[in-house]
Amino acid sequence: MHRDPPPPPAGPAQTLVRIEGLDVCFGAARVLNHVDLTIGQGEIVSLIGPNGAGKSTLVRATVGLLKPSAGRIWRRPGLRLGYVPQRLSIDRVLPLTVRRFLELARAAPGQDVGTALQEVDAAALAGQQVHGLSGGEFQRVLLARALLRGPHLLVLDEPLQGVDFGGQLALYDLIGRLRDRHGLGVLMVSHDLHIVMAATDRVVCLNHHVCCAGAPEAVTRDPHYIALFGPEAARRLAVYTHAHDHEHDLAGNVVPPP
Amino acid sequence: MIDDFLLRALGAGIGVAIVAAPLGCFVVWRRMAYFGATLAHSALLGIALGLLIGADPMLGIAASSVAVALIVTLLQRQRTLGSDTLLGILAHSGLALGLVALGFLRGVRVDLMAYLFGDVLAVTSGDLAWIYGGGGLVLVALAAMWRPLLLVTINEELARAEGAPVTALNLGFMLLLAVVIAIAMKVVGVLLIVSMLIIPAATARAVARTPEQMAAWAVLVGTLSVLGGLAASLAWDTPAGPSIVVAATLLFSASLGLRAGRGAHA
Repeated sequence: MHRDPPPPPAGPAQTLVRIEGLDVCFGAARVLNHVDLTIGQGEIVSLIGPNGAGKSTLVRATVGLLKPSAGRIWRRPGLRLGYVPQRLSIDRVLPLTVRRFLELARAAPGQDVGTALQEVDAAALAGQQVHGLSGGEFQRVLLARALLRGPHLLVLDEPLQGVDFGGQLALYDLIGRLRDRHGLGVLMVSHDLHIVMAATDRVVCLNHHVCCAGAPEAVTRDPHYIALFGPEAARRLAVYTHAHDHEHDLAGNVVPPP
Repeated sequence: MIDDFLLRALGAGIGVAIVAAPLGCFVVWRRMAYFGATLAHSALLGIALGLLIGADPMLGIAASSVAVALIVTLLQRQRTLGSDTLLGILAHSGLALGLVALGFLRGVRVDLMAYLFGDVLAVTSGDLAWIYGGGGLVLVALAAMWRPLLLVTINEELARAEGAPVTALNLGFMLLLAVVIAIAMKVVGVLLIVSMLIIPAATARAVARTPEQMAAWAVLVGTLSVLGGLAASLAWDTPAGPSIVVAATLLFSASLGLRAGRGAHA
């Protein structure tokens, strides 16, 4: 498979979103406490953290679904977002083919449904009903839909939910390829520590505030991270990233290295 | 030679079927059948108030529907009582208040049965103007908001993130529903209106692969129900409104068989 080289790390990469001192309160509960986060072009940022740590809240504030209680969110003027919300399920009472579902997204000029589906290796799904798709297929369709909007930044809230392990690896690989091809910035939430570390430029470990952030290897050695997830997780991750010396296709099969 | 009253009945019934079908699809997709019933039941209060102050009952219905839609939206902000309970209270209190208010109209002869179950054979050309004028406006408005409304129906958060005016769309949809209930009342009456919305849509689900196909099939099913119901009413002297609903129900039952047959093949 053809694979473009990753874009050169151009000095301070062009910033897509900069969040400074973000507070979000729901009533008396402060869910986010003075969070700083910057996402640059061509950068994959993963948000990890325990349940209820405010990951989805941070994502929703980033895409403009929540008003900050304090702090500011700067988005590059003209920034187009491709957003994939958590737990998107489409009721069976609504008949809907994959193609029609994608057509409902307001496509950016020059984008079309067929190309978007090809980009995520899902062209064959166009005529199928969305309800019959597997978890991995549906996530790829959602990715295609986000791509249709010609985004500069992809925001994915738990894209791996309901996807089996092999499919998860393939999906991460796909997200990485899309980043390489289009120079997209990616912000994603994940529970799946195993994979997140291997496929991410920067990890932000969130527990209401930013516990630690940085390259995956640095974060796994950070005492805050180890305190949050335990030494077992840190050790297994080290093993995992070390062991990941092969590739998977979208069906999860191992592909020999080129 | 077909009598004029029959032509008017056909025109009214088919007009209502065409408008109710696509809107009914949204009612089914959004699980708002009970909300529709609440609007319809409380329409009786609107009719009574309209008659009391000497205004057109259609205006009374439109006013009461808008009021109920707003009250429901406001009451749903409190979390103590579920939506079904709130809608049940509003539906039945609206119906009861309407019946009580009609009781005050001593000087006027009111055909209560016509309001409750419709009187399509007594449709006037004025009613037809309401159905086609109001119905036409509803269809134009629905066509204009079709794509964003569909997106809101699929996933409100996604629609919001992509800049759709979610609150305006939801309110707009309720208003369209109120108008359709007002114009459909003459044909099937306040107690049976919801069936004209949901039975054709539910029947169409069996054969549709896209939302637009479902709306188109629902138009066909609704129209066939009107034709079948009116024919039965003429042949056996059954009440017209309920006969239309029975015809729709028969078509729905047939679609269940179709679905089961297809399920066996899948």
